[in-house]
Formats: sequence, structure tokens, C-alpha cells
Amino acid sequence: MMSTNQALGILLQIYQSLLVVALAPLLTGWVNQCRAWLQNRSGPGVMQPYRTLRKLFHKDAVMAYNASLLFRATPYILFGCMWLAAAIIPIIAVDLPFSPAADVIALVGVFALARVFIALAAMDIGTAFGTLGARREMLVSFLAEPALLMVFFTASMISHSTQLPRIVEALARHQFVLYPSLAFAGLAFVIVLLAENARIPVDNPATHLELTMIHEAMILEYSARHLALVEWASSLKLFAYIAIGIALFLPYGIAEVGAMTENWESALPLAIIALLVKLILAGAALALLEALLAKMRIFRAPEFLGTAFLLAVLGLLIHFLLGA
Amino acid sequence: MVGVFPLDIADAIIVSLMALGLMGLALQHSPHLITNIIFPLGAIASLALAATGFWALGEPVSHTVLPLGLPGLPLHLSLDPLSAFFLILLGGASFGVSIFSAGYFKSMPGNTLGLLCLEYHLFLASMALVLLADDAYMFMVAWETMALSSYFLVTTDHHVPDIRKAGFLYLLIAHVGAIAILLSFGVMQGGHGIGAYTFAAMREAHLSAFWASVAFLLALFGFGAKAGLLPLHVWLPEAHPAAPSPVSALMSGIMLKTAIYGILRVTFDLLANSLNGQQWWWGVLALALGLITAIFGVMFAAVQGDMKRLLAYSSIENIGLLLVGIGLAIIFHVYGKDTLAALSLTATLYHSLNHAFFKSLLFVGTGSILHATGERNMGRMGGLIRQMPWVAVLMLVGVLSISGLPPFNGFVSEWLLLQAFLLSPGLPNSYINMLIPVAAGVIALAAALAAYVMVKFYGVIFLGQTRGEVREHAHDAGIRERIGLSWLALACVVLGLAPVYVVRQLDLVTQILVGKGLGNATPGWLFLAPVDMERASYSPVFFLLAVLGVMLVTALVVHYFYHGRLRRGPAWDCGYPEQTSRMQDTAEGFGQPIRRIFEPFFRIESELPGAFDAHPRYHGRSEDRLWYALYLPIKRITEKLSSWASLLQHGRIHLYLTYTFVTLLVLLAFV
Repeated sequence: MMSTNQALGILLQIYQSLLVVALAPLLTGWVNQCRAWLQNRSGPGVMQPYRTLRKLFHKDAVMAYNASLLFRATPYILFGCMWLAAAIIPIIAVDLPFSPAADVIALVGVFALARVFIALAAMDIGTAFGTLGARREMLVSFLAEPALLMVFFTASMISHSTQLPRIVEALARHQFVLYPSLAFAGLAFVIVLLAENARIPVDNPATHLELTMIHEAMILEYSARHLALVEWASSLKLFAYIAIGIALFLPYGIAEVGAMTENWESALPLAIIALLVKLILAGAALALLEALLAKMRIFRAPEFLGTAFLLAVLGLLIHFLLGA
Repeated sequence: MVGVFPLDIADAIIVSLMALGLMGLALQHSPHLITNIIFPLGAIASLALAATGFWALGEPVSHTVLPLGLPGLPLHLSLDPLSAFFLILLGGASFGVSIFSAGYFKSMPGNTLGLLCLEYHLFLASMALVLLADDAYMFMVAWETMALSSYFLVTTDHHVPDIRKAGFLYLLIAHVGAIAILLSFGVMQGGHGIGAYTFAAMREAHLSAFWASVAFLLALFGFGAKAGLLPLHVWLPEAHPAAPSPVSALMSGIMLKTAIYGILRVTFDLLANSLNGQQWWWGVLALALGLITAIFGVMFAAVQGDMKRLLAYSSIENIGLLLVGIGLAIIFHVYGKDTLAALSLTATLYHSLNHAFFKSLLFVGTGSILHATGERNMGRMGGLIRQMPWVAVLMLVGVLSISGLPPFNGFVSEWLLLQAFLLSPGLPNSYINMLIPVAAGVIALAAALAAYVMVKFYGVIFLGQTRGEVREHAHDAGIRERIGLSWLALACVVLGLAPVYVVRQLDLVTQILVGKGLGNATPGWLFLAPVDMERASYSPVFFLLAVLGVMLVTALVVHYFYHGRLRRGPAWDCGYPEQTSRMQDTAEGFGQPIRRIFEPFFRIESELPGAFDAHPRYHGRSEDRLWYALYLPIKRITEKLSSWASLLQHGRIHLYLTYTFVTLLVLLAFV
């Protein structure tokens, strides 16, 4: 029984990670399409990211004369990190054999590893925009990362575990109980999500003005397959963050361990449908948020993120005070 | 196996280290012998010391009484698992540093090198003796030898006035600290007569709560001065850049840890039997001081332009984190949660070991850079990854480790510390319960800022275009320097990948400190699970294999299905035609956002060039407010007091005879 269970888990793990890698550009396309609609444009269609990736993979890569090996390796490292993140987060089921390898703290570590590498790669060529992007990225992240950690801490205090599957199980089981600490954490998480994924109040994913760029400024020197991998990794990151948000704040419908062993044939399709619905709604909400907000000056960003950090710490304090 | 204990071997190694130092002094007319023979032999002695420590971890505690010292007051040595652990740290890190030194000091003139060799090996030997000392007398002798030998090492380039000044500041604070430690031992001795100077007697002193607290505070002050705890940190950013790089590595990587050893020894061993044991507020004090030190250190590291000053401030940060771990362990221990205390101590000890390796690695790496470029200012470097690929790759390991990124070693200790925070709810004191989430937040903030600092450090030095005049002559490190760097980098990787094994060994140490080990919830070696598997687990090997596997598969798929064609061209940079190296961020530029955000904490002096200046020069300094708020007033008071005292001093003998006469009269009136 144990072995079939494990085999099922590994199958599910592979299935989930492939599904995520395949679906991530679609989510980015959906967010962009929603934003186009909100701006009264017809938009390029949800499949546009796939077409862009295909085009980029076919091109010849051009690289600066002085680019070092670090610059060449970074796109692959980014892709590897984001894939691992997507493999740890319970997206359709909680029974993941990979997840004991890295808990939420390690998940934050994965994101940090990817960020440090992209920032270093941006500094490698030695252009003005590259270093500018790297500096701003690190500026945004030094407040966003602890805020994210605090959000995770609040959730792990409630569930007495830092393993994401255990957190999701614990939160999903207590249906319709509103945790006041999680309300604060949720607010903080949304801010972190916007900042870490280069979204509008902090960065503008569609900008063409170099001086306002953060993420785009870092990857200016990448082309062809390297750029494709970086873009794909960004899509994966957005997917991973939204999946974390769903797992922490809307875990209902994710297949549980018990359900998986007994009637996984019915639990799995249900979980996938629930996931799709949640993703569509979350993507639309993200587009709406971006349409409503305006890009802020770079030195307003630390205040914005400082708010997120304080909210998250407040959430944790409230958990200690109220025990919920 | 009659009569041979690990302690005897350790003694023999310490004696041979001292002998090596003296031989170096004798050989000062043939400097190549010193670098070719003495330093490699010293490295082997260090490795043997580490091996002895490793052996002693599992052995019963051994004691010995040396036939030295004052009549009736012999010197005591002992080797227990706590000392053994720090011996491993000392030997392991100094092995790499000594091999590096064998290459690094090659071009030094003979007479300087002979003295340096003596002081270097004496420094190592005295640090080992500090760890082995089993009485206050031995401890203070070793402690002072350590301070003096390192003072002479710091002032190796004593013809530079700034270095003499830095050395004096170091000596001053080291001695203020030493006095506090001596007083602390005096209190712990408990007034039981002159024979009670051994640690064994101090354990039996049964101090009252008040006197135990006094001893703890004095020890915290004294060891804090050595460790660089706020506000006694000012010597660190002065002395570390002044010293030759391998010496900075020893001081930062190892000497600061002897202070951590001292705090652990006093708090968890010598004071453990005092009447009420430890007090909860000791833990809170240590925790708060540690947090402030950590944030302060990393904030200042972010605005530094000198690479060695940056690393010195980063050491202050790491010492802060270590103290947080100790504070947490005291709190847990006081409330009887010994498993959690063991977890915090494991995190502290693990981080000590990690810091010894990655900070030594980074400091000796700056030595190679200094030799290659003759610069300490990061703003004049850049692009060194192309001229110094070995140093660049090995230092990347150090940078990723110190930033606390998985799967390297810095992450493991950070992970363990955060787990300790997460397991804290349920302490009976509700104020402490409130403090803990805030503290966890501050730790997370410090860790994230450390990544900022290290991206700046690595990016400005190694990446980008070469700044300033073209440094075609910049050369990579020599073979011995490479071996030294590789050893330290290898240790960072191994400590990162094998945490299960390391934590099991650390159990032996926490057993004697708080009476509990951590154990491991899983029998295997793959998953580190400090409490139980359901609660938290981490597997760096799995992590590394997953990321590497995906990287490889992706690279293969991309190259197989599409193509691997690559053209080289000039940098694009949005099509701007003029690209000079001056358009990149300097170290100051990269740190500017941090300076702006934390503006109130710095004392900033900057001159902005005028708009029509033909040769604009920007100049800015961010200084420590504490220096102006605390040290300068103390200096002024001292000067005033000594000028009053000088009123009495005229240098005329009849005046002094009058003073003596008046004193006698006053005494006669009283007695």
C-alpha cells in the first residue's frame, strides 16, 4: 500500500510540475489580456506569451563581448529555482514527495537565490541600466523578503509546521474560520506579490522608459533563448506566488492526503477545476489592481513595502495575542 | 591506550605551534624558508588540532595540571566537548588561512616576516589555550597573549599613522574588556580564597541571584568588547582593514568566536549552578543587544566603500545573530524548555562554524584582490572576474554562503535559528512572547539586507567593466592562495550539504550545556528535521540535485530542440552609444538607497559638486553616530580628568614628599 502510495505521489509530483511549467505563460497571457480589456484595448490574446517564447528560442543569441560565465548560466539557474518552487507548493494536491526537501523558509531561500543571481548577472556587463536595475531590485527585495517570511510565519504558527502541505491541510480543514492574523498577513502578501513580480505600483511590466524600470532594466542585455528562459522563469514566479496565495488564503478544494489514497480518481479532477477557477479569478483581480493603481516613485516603494512588513509583523503579533 | 588523552595531543600541538613561531623568528634572514616550510607546517598543526578536537568530541572530559605558573597556583587545562567544538573551528579555518598565508606573504621582507610569523603562530596557540583553559589565571594569561599578539599583527604596517591609531583603539577596547572579564571571574570565585580560581571551584560557588547577574553582566561586557557587540564595536571596522588580510581572516573568523565561547562557558557552565541558575532577563538582554548589533552592522556594511571595512561590519552583524541565538537559548533554558534551548544553541554553534569559514574565505580573498590591484576601495575595481577567475568563483561560494542562500551553509544555521523562533510560543512570560515575533522579523530583515550587501560587494568588485585605469597587470592568485581559498570554500559547501551529520555532532556539545541534544527525527542522512518531520524538514542535497537536474535538462532540451548559436557583440544598453565604466554604480552608488532610507542612523557628510564644475568630484562619508555620541565625550572626560591630575604633578621632589607627609597625617588622624 505504501509503495503504490509513494508511486502515486511521485507521478503526481511530476504531473504537477510539468503542468505548472506549461501553464505559467498562459497565466501571464491571461493577466495581460485582462489588463488590455480594462484599458479598452483588444489585446494580443492569451496565447501571446507562447508565441513570444517560440520566437525567442528560434533567434540567435547575441551576448556582449565581456559577458562572463555567470551571465550565461543565470537564465538556467533562474529556471531551475522557479521550477523547484513550483514543485514544492501544493497546487493540486498536498501529497508531494518533494516538499520535505524544502519548507517555507527554504522556499523564500529559493526566491532569494534566484534574485541574487539575476542581480549579479545584471551587473556583469557593466552598463548603467543593468546596475541600476540590480540596485533597485535588491532595494525592493530587502523589505519584501522579510515581509514574505513573516506571512509564512503567521501561517506556520497557526498550523504548527513550516511544511507547506501541512500548513495547507491545517488551514483547509478549519473551513470558514476567519483568522484575524491571516487577514493582516493576506494584505501584506498582496503587496509582496505586486513588488516581487514587478507589478504596477512598484514596477511596470509594460514600461518602455528605461529610467523607471526595475526588472526589465536587469534583463536588457539578454536575448534569444536566454531571454526566453528568463521570461519563462518570471511567468513561473508569478504563477508560484499566486499559487502560494491560493494555498494560504483559499486552500479549499486542494486534494488532501487521505482523499488521495481513497478516491483520487474523483479528487484530482475536482482539484484541477478548483485550481483553474481560482487562477482565472486571481489573474483578473491582479489585472484590476494594476489598472486601478499608479506607478509610484522609486523612493516611495520602500514605504509601501515597509507597510507590508509591518502588517505582517502585526499579523504575527495578533496571533500571539489572540491565539488565532 | 594508557595515558594518551586528546588533551595531551592538543598540548603538544600548541607547544609545536609556539616553536614554529620561534623558528620563524630565527629564520628571518631566509624568508623563503618561512613561507615554504613554517607556514605549511603551521597549517598541518592546525589540521591536527582540528582532528584532535574531533576526537575529543566523543571522549570523556579530560583534565591536566601544568607544572607551570606561580608557586601553589598551577595552571589547569581541560578539554570538554564545548572546547573541542571550538578547537575544530579554530583548526579547520586556520588550516586554510595558513596555507593561503604561505603564498600571500611571499614578497614580504625577511625581518618583518620573521616577526609576523612569530606573532601569527603565537596568536593561534593562545587562541587554542583560551579554549583549553580550566582556571581564571590560565584563561587571562592566554586571553592577554591573544590580544597582544593580535595587536602586533594588526600593526604590521606600523609606519602608517592610521594603522597605529587603529591598533591603539583595538588595544584599548581589548583591555577594557579584559578588565571586565577579570572582575567577572573575581565575582564568580565567590570569595572562597585564593585557591578557588579554578573553573571547577567556580561551578561550586553557588552565587546568589544578584552576584550571578553581576558576573553575567561583566562577562557580557568583557566578551562583548572582544566580539564587537554594540556599542563596543568601534575597533572592528578600524582594526580589520588595517591588518594584513590573513590576519583579518583569523581575527574575524576565529578570534571573535573565542568571545562567543567565553559567553557560552560563563553562562551555561560556570554560572549554571548558581542559586537561581540563569535569569530570564539575561536572555532578553542578550537577545535585544544581538538584534540591535545585527541591524546596525548590516546597515553600515551597506554603505561602505572599502571592501575590508564592509566585511568588518558584516562580522558585527553575524556576531549579533550569534548573540540572538544565545539569548534565545537562555530564555528557553530558564523556562525549562531544554530541547528548544538545544535547538537555539545548535543554531548558534553552527553559525559560528559557518561564519569562521565564509568570513575567512572572504577576508583572504580580499587579500588576493589587494595584491592584484593594490586597492581597497571597491569603487576603483570592477570586472575582476575576467582577470581573476579562481578567486572570483571561490569567493562567489563565500558570498552565497554569507547571504544565507540555500544550499550553502549560511542558510542552514539561519534556518535552524528561525525554527527556534517559530517553536517559541507557549513561554509563560507574555512579554517575551510578544518580543519574539518582532525579533524574528528583525532577523529576517538583517538576513535580507545581508544579501543586498553581498550583491554589492561581489558585483562592484568582480562584475562589470574595469573602472579607473586599466588594470592589465591584475593577476589571479598563486597556487597556495588557491588551495587555501578552495579549502575554505569546500568547507562552506560541505557544511551546507551535510547538516544532518553536523547537527548530530553538535548534540554532544549541547548535551553538556543544557543537558539535552536535538537528535534527529529521521534516521537517515537526507533530511534535517530538528523536531519532527511533520513540523519542519530541509534537505540541501535534494535541493541541489533538483535545481542542477532541471538546469541540465533545460540546457540540453534548449540546445537539442533549437540550437546553441551565439554571437558576441558590443553591449546593447538600449542603444546608447557612449558606454564608459564611470556610468556603472560605484560602491557608494549601490549603497545610496540604504543610506537614504536609514538616514537618521548615519552621520553623513557629503559635498556635491556645483553644476558648472568642469571636474566634478562627489565626496561622501557616512559615519557612526555612536562614535560622536559616546566615545568622544568619554575621551573628553578622560582628558579633563588627566589634566586635573596633572595639576598635582610638578616633577619636583619636595612637593611629592609634602604629599606623602600630608597623607601620613590624614591617616594618623583617622587610625
